[in-house]
Amino acid sequence: MDTHTILAVVAMVVAGLAVAIGSIGTALAQGRSVDSALDAMARQPDLAERISRTLFIGLAMIESLAIYCLVVALILLFANPFTSK
Amino acid sequence: MVGEGIVPSVLFRVGPVEVTATVAYTLAASVVVVGFALLARAGLRKGSNGWSVVAQFVVEHLEGVMREMFGRDPRPFVPLVVTLALFVGVANLLGLVPGMKSPTADFSTTAALAVVVFLAVPVYGIRTKGLKGYLKHYLEPSPFLLPLEIVSELSRTVALSVRLFGNIVSEELIIAVLLAIAGLLVPVPIMMLAVLTGVVQAYIFAVLTVVYLSAAVRAKE
Repeated sequence: MDTHTILAVVAMVVAGLAVAIGSIGTALAQGRSVDSALDAMARQPDLAERISRTLFIGLAMIESLAIYCLVVALILLFANPFTSK
Repeated sequence: MVGEGIVPSVLFRVGPVEVTATVAYTLAASVVVVGFALLARAGLRKGSNGWSVVAQFVVEHLEGVMREMFGRDPRPFVPLVVTLALFVGVANLLGLVPGMKSPTADFSTTAALAVVVFLAVPVYGIRTKGLKGYLKHYLEPSPFLLPLEIVSELSRTVALSVRLFGNIVSEELIIAVLLAIAGLLVPVPIMMLAVLTGVVQAYIFAVLTVVYLSAAVRAKE
């Protein structure tokens, strides 16, 4: 295997690991926030609209962490400066 | 490799100028948004029609969000926020038309949209509070937080663009991969999900714009 192939293999493996490990924290955080938002909505149905809007913003903020991992993985796979000729 | 990845493809050339898919489909999205606005206006002239009802729903909903966040008349901010919401929504859904590609699946488009929001914050802040009042909000809780305020203003711009780009490009890649390994009609459930996420991402983009604006233009309690 020449250096080029090794670099490509490492990039693929690391891209997979980046998304897999990066999703763990996001999954836990999103689960917790939906959990407490549902709890709050069940207690105070009058505020449901306001809570769900804040929930959406919060989920988007949390989700962006996983999206960063995804973008890093995509750069490794499709726009890698070290493996492209 | 599946699909074209994240590098925009060249659609056709006009002389030496390369017209990428992003440019063409951004124009298409603009035409759709302007056409929608013209149809809605024509409907409002003679009472109402389907288009104007949809437009009224979007405008009134976002107006309500802004009224609550800003604590002042939201009318000056409606054009920017609603245009962003409609454009991002149409651009996201354009990728579901066979043969077309979402302009928001290119980082250039989302970065440009985020720069618009980045510049709109000081413009609207100075217009509503004056230069002094706008600059004062940087020193608000304590002047020691000034560097953090500046870093957060820059990083949230990057986050805004990367979030939209990542969501849309991941959707398109999932559809492309499923199409390659499973064949026709298998990606249809994922495409249904993509309709939902496309609209939700447009909503989130608009609401985050409102949140970022509210730091600069919010009325004192």
